[in-house]
Amino acid sequence: MIAFSRLSGIARSKGDPKVLRTGPSSLGGADRLARGLGWFSIGLGLTELLAPRLITRAVGLRGREGLVRAFGVRELGHGVLSLSVDKQAGLWSRVAGDVLDIVAVLPALSPANRKHGNAELALIMLLGVTVLDVLAAQGVSARHRRPPTGWRSYSDRSGFPQGAERARGAARRDFQTASDTQAPPAIAPGVA
Amino acid sequence: MKALVWHGKEDIRCDQVSDPEIEDPRDAIVKVTSCAICGSDLHLFHNFIPAMLPGDIMGHEMMGEVMEVGSAAKGKLKVGDRIVVPFTIICGECDQCKRGNFSVCERTNRKKELASKVFGHPTAGLFGYTHLTGGYPGGQAEYLRVPFADATHIKVPDSLKDEQVLFLGDIFPTGWQAAVQCDIEPTDTVAIWGCGPVGQMAIRSAVLLGAKQVVAIDCIPERLSMAEAGGAITINFEEESVVGRLNDLTSGKGPEKCIDAIGLEAHVTPTQPDTLLDRAKQMVMLESDRPHVLREMIYVCRTAGTISIPGVYGGLVDKFPMGLAMNKGLTFRMGQTHVNRWTDDLLRRIEEGQIDPSFVITHTVRLEDGPEMYKVFRDKQDSCVKVVLKP
Ligand SMILES: NC(=O)c1ccc[n+]([C@@H]2O[C@H](COP(=O)([O-])OP(=O)(O)OC[C@H]3O[C@@H](n4cnc5c(N)ncnc54)[C@H](O)[C@@H]3O)[C@@H](O)[C@H]2O)c1
Ligand SMILES: [Zn+2]
Ligand SMILES: [Zn+2]
Repeated sequence: MIAFSRLSGIARSKGDPKVLRTGPSSLGGADRLARGLGWFSIGLGLTELLAPRLITRAVGLRGREGLVRAFGVRELGHGVLSLSVDKQAGLWSRVAGDVLDIVAVLPALSPANRKHGNAELALIMLLGVTVLDVLAAQGVSARHRRPPTGWRSYSDRSGFPQGAERARGAARRDFQTASDTQAPPAIAPGVA
Repeated sequence: MKALVWHGKEDIRCDQVSDPEIEDPRDAIVKVTSCAICGSDLHLFHNFIPAMLPGDIMGHEMMGEVMEVGSAAKGKLKVGDRIVVPFTIICGECDQCKRGNFSVCERTNRKKELASKVFGHPTAGLFGYTHLTGGYPGGQAEYLRVPFADATHIKVPDSLKDEQVLFLGDIFPTGWQAAVQCDIEPTDTVAIWGCGPVGQMAIRSAVLLGAKQVVAIDCIPERLSMAEAGGAITINFEEESVVGRLNDLTSGKGPEKCIDAIGLEAHVTPTQPDTLLDRAKQMVMLESDRPHVLREMIYVCRTAGTISIPGVYGGLVDKFPMGLAMNKGLTFRMGQTHVNRWTDDLLRRIEEGQIDPSFVITHTVRLEDGPEMYKVFRDKQDSCVKVVLKP
């Protein structure tokens, strides 16, 4: 949307107030972390999609480029979701993705793999990212959660100072419906 | 001065900005005493409405005291007047204004070229909204420049509190127009989707206009309790079938009048699978709005019934059941509210004690707390229904 604004060449008018000093934002720390992780997913997803060999070579999983590409598409999904308003869903999807990543790296840990040292490193990194993702997901969920219980009842707020019963139809007495908001008459002329 | 400023998606900040000044002889400067956060602000907060710029001042529900008046507005306003500012900026002289179609005033949108390209023809200038409607700085601020101030104001008497008259600038006439557009008959069932502030005002308006039954639909218990207090039968769409219950309440024929007080951000829930698809498409920009409620209304509305849409839509909707609407012979009425068309009458109703719109306010805070309150209102935390800010 901001891209649209830039492309369409709109600009603020000259006399409008200008920002002199910026203050505290509606974005909390958890939201910013979600945003960071979202962009990280986009970066990783693009790498997996466009240069899968970089990854298969590093951890010694040659021949699994197709899988890495598929993971790249999945990672882009996590990214888009984590950058959206529904970032809780995005971060929890990242956690699920971490589990899949870990499962995919496990075969590379076999001593038969020449790069198993790299694979071990990758596993440690993945475990670290998983912990970060779980903490971030819990953080945004807590920040934006609507507690399911403890809501206040507003059953005393009718908005009608003279009572809800007296309000029924009270405006019918003196309200004239203009012709442009009239509904078609109930019975067509000449039919009754 | 201090103001709530849009910096991007979910990023509203309370910034220090330069003070507004008179730019045109028809302008006035108002010292804002109360302003509110509206459901429309949430669409901007989520960046679903195109053509916002970082640095835009938010807010279109505000009132205050006139501090300065341009030479051409002097006959109509004077320093010290207490006014509510309607969110639609109006000239009062063009063909549309003369017909009372104020929200499509032909003169006040200062970004006419952009608006014509996107909309075909420009609509009125609006405060604190997209540059498609002029990009005028809004009123969640200490001071506000009111363009075309000789026409764009509602004078209010000192005998009424800010809280009683503030909503004359937007949600009260919006709920009222939504109901009036239904041309309610005493035999009608009016179904209202959404029990946010606009839905609450629409419920009260439909009751005042004498509907036989008013049915309100939402899933938030505190909002449903407020709807019931106003005289509505309530449906929690997470607990029961909306279509089934509405048909039961109308001998199987469906409500004659349906009001969409939700707009482009219908809840996304697995129990309504179309909303998941809409959300996915919205995320990858294949669709801009989520029209679940429109689909449901068109489906359940009585044949030859009326659908009234105060809820805001921003652009394109998919899977819109035009065939059903056409074959059932439905009437559609919609639009941004023609605020000043209704406000004299509504102010009188407040003065006479027929209604007191302050019932909807659940939170009153300082302007500095505004950014946090955007989050609370959006997440529906702390039983929040309507936030009033005091600059
Ligand atoms: N036409 C105008 O001039 C005008 C003026 C003011 C506001 N609006 C628009 O009116 C709409 C409502 O504003 P608000 O301030 O009441 O906002 P809000 O966000 O507080 O209220 C929306 C309500 O709809 C409910 N909802 C969401 N999906 C639903 C579904 N599928 N079924 C039933 N209920 C559902 C939500 O739980 C919420 O309570 C917004 O789109 C806003 O932009 C239009
Ligand atoms: Zn509004
Ligand atoms: Zn006009």
